[in-house]
Amino acid sequence: MIKNFLDRIKPNFEEGGKLHAFRSVFEGFESFLVVSNATARTGVSIHDAIDSKRIMSIVVVALLPALLFGMYNIGYQNYAAAGAEGTLWEMFLYGFLVMLPKIIVSYVVGLGIEFIVAQWKKEEIQEGYLVTGLLVPMIVPVGCPLWMLAVAVAFSVIFAKEIYGGTGMNIFNPALVARAFLFFAYPTSMSGDNVWLSKDQVLGLGNQLPDATTMATPLGTLGGGHATDVPFADMVTGLIPGSIGETSVIAIAIGALILLWTRVASWKTMLSVFVGGALVGWLFNAFGPATAVAQTPWYEHLVLGGFCFGAVFMATDPVTSARTEGGKYIYGFLIGALAITIRMLNPGYPEGMMLAILFMNMFAPLIDYCFVQRNISRRAKRAQNS
Amino acid sequence: MSKLFSKENRQVFAAPLNLDNPILIQVLGICSALAVTAQLEPAIVMGLSVTVITAFSNVIISLIRKTIPNRIRIIIQLVVVAALVTIVSMILTAFAYDVSVQLSVYVGLIITNCILMGRLEAFAMMNGPWESFLDGIGNGLGYAYILVIVGAVRELLGSGTLLGFTIIPEGAYAAGYVNNGMMTMPAMALIILGCVIWVHRSINKEEKK
Repeated sequence: MIKNFLDRIKPNFEEGGKLHAFRSVFEGFESFLVVSNATARTGVSIHDAIDSKRIMSIVVVALLPALLFGMYNIGYQNYAAAGAEGTLWEMFLYGFLVMLPKIIVSYVVGLGIEFIVAQWKKEEIQEGYLVTGLLVPMIVPVGCPLWMLAVAVAFSVIFAKEIYGGTGMNIFNPALVARAFLFFAYPTSMSGDNVWLSKDQVLGLGNQLPDATTMATPLGTLGGGHATDVPFADMVTGLIPGSIGETSVIAIAIGALILLWTRVASWKTMLSVFVGGALVGWLFNAFGPATAVAQTPWYEHLVLGGFCFGAVFMATDPVTSARTEGGKYIYGFLIGALAITIRMLNPGYPEGMMLAILFMNMFAPLIDYCFVQRNISRRAKRAQNS
Repeated sequence: MSKLFSKENRQVFAAPLNLDNPILIQVLGICSALAVTAQLEPAIVMGLSVTVITAFSNVIISLIRKTIPNRIRIIIQLVVVAALVTIVSMILTAFAYDVSVQLSVYVGLIITNCILMGRLEAFAMMNGPWESFLDGIGNGLGYAYILVIVGAVRELLGSGTLLGFTIIPEGAYAAGYVNNGMMTMPAMALIILGCVIWVHRSINKEEKK
């Protein structure tokens, strides 16, 4: 039915049709709703008949558990801070209403820029923003104002993506660039103890909290030099303050299973991130300084903060990660190791995952180059010997 | 007089302002452009200092260009530039102390500014004093106005002020506006500079080969 409708209105968007100006918008929606006739020839999906819109859709599905739990957690933290009783549905609905504007702003700004650029360059709409647009609201604190989100999204879409040539060409993960931009440009709205709590009532739901109410993340407490008293079980289920989508290990694990089962994400990258993090965390436990953050057990470090979220959804981004099979191990391992090292040694950055992934994004092409060169020289040698 | 402002000489002066701009086209002198543009005032002072030094070192080198032995010309150029930089630095310390503190080592580092050495090597060694003077002024101003653009954007968005005067109204802060801290970092200067180059090149698309 959808297809019939689309076929009927299609001539309007052809060259010379009356709605020609919206051609790229139409194509974008057409191929999002129904399977496109043409498979992609360039970019990330070059090795597969499946086009990258399908891949993106799978990632979005994989993100849903973490997103839904994040909504619930927004409500949970609000009710807990107010000391009020609330049913599960009240909490979830409250979180949903807090979260919805952020998602809308992210998509409107990001897709708006993509549409304009596509129309301007007379190209097809690029679908990469489907995932980025959902990731960005999930990795910011709930207290981040909407206009900042809009500025950061515009910055990252233009400077991290479009100037490199659009989806599939970018060096850095656009969602993380947006977060890094927010982190450095508006540090008071991105970190500290005052941003992890939604303090206003929305449509009569939730509780109005005084401005002075603060809530520290476990990592923030540790970075401040105090041991955290959050039980390990809460760290795993995710009922702790933190960026919206990152807190629940269980919800992220469901997403990870979806990604691995559909083979969208590489298990090699994912596994080696955890190995790297665990190893460095263990080393600091054993030999590190006697600070609170270095003495936190390594397994707690793996479930705290954005480590899991980054490992599952950010490090495995097929565009910005290493592409050689062996390179994925090194790439992932170094992300995990660097993230924990930044956490342990730099109290200015209680969360090292964002910086570690961006840093390794930069080195992924180098890692690939080394592996390709090694293969070439090994085969050349084999050819000589035989 | 008419010879002094002949067509060629006007070209010598005007080219570095637009189509042969030292920063936009030759991409020289980037380091100081990133370092001193967090605020408008030091950017202006820096631009003027570079203009003065480029102009006069061009004139001096041009005057003695026939007597300079080719093998040690870089050293001689450096001596001239260093002397001028020292004078400018002392004047700044005496009359504009606050700005000279903000500029810190970057006044001294004008000695190694690529624009200076580039102009001395490429122009002053081969042309007369008057042409060299015009070339120096033109390149200096071409450098200065880019610094002013970048400095103005960074100060306005990073601190909400221009030359120290508050521009962003109080009401905006009350409504939740926050200054962009990243604008005060050199990383953002590089991005703004990139945008200026981008705009410049898309305007001058036809003239470029």
